[in-house]
Order: sequence, then structure tokens, then C-alpha cells
Amino acid sequence: MRFRAASDQALLVYLGEEIGAEAHERVVRLLRLLQSEPIAWIRNIQPAYCSLLITFDAAAVDHAEVQTKISELEKRAKKLPEAEPRLVEVPVCYGGEFGPDLEDVAERRGLMAEKVVELHFARTYHAYFLGFAPGFAYLGDLAEEIATPRLETPRKEVPAGSVGIAGRQTAIYPLATPGGWRLVGRTPLEIFRRDRAPMGLIAIGDQVRFRPITRAEFLATRRS
Amino acid sequence: MSSLVVESAGLQTTVQDFGREGFGVLGVSPSGAADPVALRIGNLLLENNPGAPALEMTLTGGTFLFPDGAVICLAGANFGAQVDGKTLELWRPHAILPGRRVVLGATRDFARCYLCVAGGIGAENFLGSASTHLLSGLGGWEGRALRKGDVLPIGRLEKNIRRRKLRAGVLETLKPEKKLRVTRGPQFDWFSEEARRALAGGEFVVSEESNRMGLRLDGPRLAAGNNAEMVSEGTPVGAIQVTPSGQAILLFVEQQTTGGYPKIANVIGADLHCVGQLRPRDTIRFEEVSLTAARELWIEQQVLLGSEERLFA
Repeated sequence: MRFRAASDQALLVYLGEEIGAEAHERVVRLLRLLQSEPIAWIRNIQPAYCSLLITFDAAAVDHAEVQTKISELEKRAKKLPEAEPRLVEVPVCYGGEFGPDLEDVAERRGLMAEKVVELHFARTYHAYFLGFAPGFAYLGDLAEEIATPRLETPRKEVPAGSVGIAGRQTAIYPLATPGGWRLVGRTPLEIFRRDRAPMGLIAIGDQVRFRPITRAEFLATRRS
Repeated sequence: MSSLVVESAGLQTTVQDFGREGFGVLGVSPSGAADPVALRIGNLLLENNPGAPALEMTLTGGTFLFPDGAVICLAGANFGAQVDGKTLELWRPHAILPGRRVVLGATRDFARCYLCVAGGIGAENFLGSASTHLLSGLGGWEGRALRKGDVLPIGRLEKNIRRRKLRAGVLETLKPEKKLRVTRGPQFDWFSEEARRALAGGEFVVSEESNRMGLRLDGPRLAAGNNAEMVSEGTPVGAIQVTPSGQAILLFVEQQTTGGYPKIANVIGADLHCVGQLRPRDTIRFEEVSLTAARELWIEQQVLLGSEERLFA
């Protein structure tokens, strides 16, 4: 474990140095402990691949005190039993109007579009963290064969439910927002709804699988 | 229910309060007023809750009709507010008679002016805050900037407002500065000696492409040595991140919650309200302070803002 002051009111806690299951498991364990035993001076926690950013009430504590407390908690967090990950299945209609960049991804990687789709839904993904917009989960790791960089120029508006890829990650846009990921399909599910508990369909630490559906199934799910 | 009618909205007018902190796990940035100091004082002058929702106007204000009247207070930048051709002074409560309109124009000094209303402004609560989050279209008034024709409910005036005045020197102490104090960022040592000197001694110009998510700063190139190794991590508000091309971006209240660019420095908490008052083309400088000094400045500011005695005569 390594600490770095990120600002005068925030501390970065590093639990590893590279993206992978090991560092992330430690992130999730520490996060769960911090959530089950909330500390009054913690204002916000932002988990990521290998780190937690802890924003604190600087009038109450300083970096050294936060560091001491987090070190103690991490020792306990390591001993917590492993939580059984939740599996979330997401139906996706690939290509066509719903996946305007599918052909482009296929061409860039020298594959047939069908193969790109197959490689995309064949894996079970790990939800590393949520960021960018409410409910936007960074899912990894995408098969190397279909890894593709972000668009040079992001779209001004990506429809809600769009499934995109960027590098070795994939994600579902929960809301209509601007976005630069290459879109390969769309889910009829509402990933984020403010009038639902929980609001987001996917949480940190979840396992996510995609299931291909037809356009007719997409429209039927939308209506129901 | 009394109301406020938007006759013209201005450049970008949104409902803001102190924001929703604590939802990073859901991927939600706090949002909230770009200048929370101005919002707080505006509300306190009306004896509102310090974080009551108010209108945040940017660079150019709008025209607002109060069919049932209201007591308002303008705080922050001077947008030349008038009622019936008469100037409305900043930082004091004004009674607006039924059917009158408050007309605001272009800024004469800073970037943001707050229109606070006694009793607050009714808006959509999302995760405990009425703050508008523009990127995701949540909170505030339909999750968007106000438009002509919007009618917002405002609180009823339940008591007579004391005619309090700010103590001499308060506004001077809290005046938005163009020299921002910073502490070292988590990747400070990734940057060359040259880049560090450029940050400490250089002048930066706020680009036109700046908003509540972030401010692009044009100036000396600050490129870090080894961008490739960076793994995305949580980004604090006020972080100065540097893209591979050397462009500095100051992350602000509606920022993305994580990012993969190295961060050379971070604006201290006590100076964040100054960032909210920066206009495009403003020239700014940075000054490094220690974490201890930053903390003392923060506590000092919090004590002042939390004390009615120190604020009001």
C-alpha cells in the first residue's frame, strides 16, 4: 500500500500498480469496509482500478491521520471473507443502427463483424469502477483482438444504453451524454434510473455478461 | 406558491446549491456552485440556509419576472442588475415588488453572479442536492440550463429580513484572486524541472473552451515524462492535469470523477471559489504552498464563513 496527497483535502491510496484482479480485489474489500463502517470525516470515496481517492474534512483531520486510519482498516479488510460477486446479464442488439461503429471496429482489426460480436459477448467482464457519468461502469478486460482506441472526435450525444469499447475496456452509456467510445450495440435495459433502488444496474465488483438479442427482441423489451 | 419567470435566461443559468458530495462510488461528481462562497453569503444575507438553491449565471445574466414579488440578494460578479432602471447593489437584500423584473446584463468583473431568493428556489432533488448536473441532465431544473419561459417556484417569505450588512473587509478577504495557490499533485515528480518551473513562474490564459467540468489553460507546455504508465485514478476537484501534448486542464465542479492524465498540482480548497470566478482570457498564475499552509488557510476561511459575528456588522 502506498499513499500520495492528491490535494490539500484528498489522499490517494494505492493498492497495486497495475490493472488486474488482484489490486482491484483489495480496492473492493477496503471500500466495503469503509461503507459498512462510515467515518464522519470522509466526504467522498472514488474507487478506480488500483486506488481509492479519499476526500476528507480538512478542518477535522490531516493527511497523516487519514493515512493511519486507512492503514488500520486495510489490515482488517484483507481478512474479510471474499464477497460472492453478483452476475448481471445485459441483453444487447449488436450492429446496425444500434452499433454504428461495429463495421469500423471489424475493419480496423481485420475481422468479420460477427467475430467482433462473438468475442465481445463470449467473456464475463469485471466492473472495475463507476465514473464519467452516473452509472457508467468501466468493464474489463476486453479481448485483445477487438481492442480499439476511442474516436478521434467524440460524439456530441450517444443514446442511452449504447455499448461502447475503448482500448481493452467496454461500457454501457447509462444516459444520453457526449461520448468517444466506439459503439457496437445497444441494450434495451435502463442502466440508470433515478426512481429505482439501486439507481444503477451495475455496481463496482459485479460480473457482467452480454447476451446477443435481435432487433425484434430489443423493441419488445423496450415496450414491456 | 410564488414564482420566478424566466423572460431571458442569459448565457448559462442553472440552479445550484452546495452540490452532492459522497457519490463517487456511483460515478457522480459533486457539481454544486462554482463559487460556493458567494452563494453562501448571498443566502446568509437573506437568512436562508447557506446552501439554499439559487440561480448561477455565467458571464451574461438574464431577465427574471417576479409576479408575486420576492426578496432577493445578488452575490458574486457584478452583472449590472437593475429593476425599473434602478441599479441593484450586490451583497444586500432587495425587495422586488409584485410584477417587477430583475434585468441583468454582461459581467463587469468576474464570471458568475448568484441570484438568491428568500425562501430558496424549488428544484428537483437528486441524491440530496438541487444542483444541476449538466452532463448527465440530472438535478436542478429538468437537469438543464434555464430557458425563456421556464417558471420556477420560489419560497414564501415567512419573516421580515433583518437589514444586515457585511462587515468592512469581509469582501476584500474573500475577493476572487487571479493568483491561485496550489499543492503538489500526486504525479508531481513525473514532471521535469522545466515543467515545474513553468508552472510556478509562468502565466496561463483561461481558454474559451472552459466550463463547469474544467478550464483549459493556455501557456507553457508542461508535458510529463512517462504518460504511458498512468493508470486511471480518482481526480480531486481543482486538479491540474496535463495531456500528452502538454495542455493543462484544471478539473472543476462537474468534472469526470476519474482520469488517466498525470496531475502536476491541485488548487487548494480555500482558493477553489476563485476558480469559479475566472473568465475566458483571464491570465492566471500559480503559487505553491505546503499542505500545512493550505490546511490553515482552509480552516481560517471556514471559521470566517461559519461565523455570523465575523461576517455581519
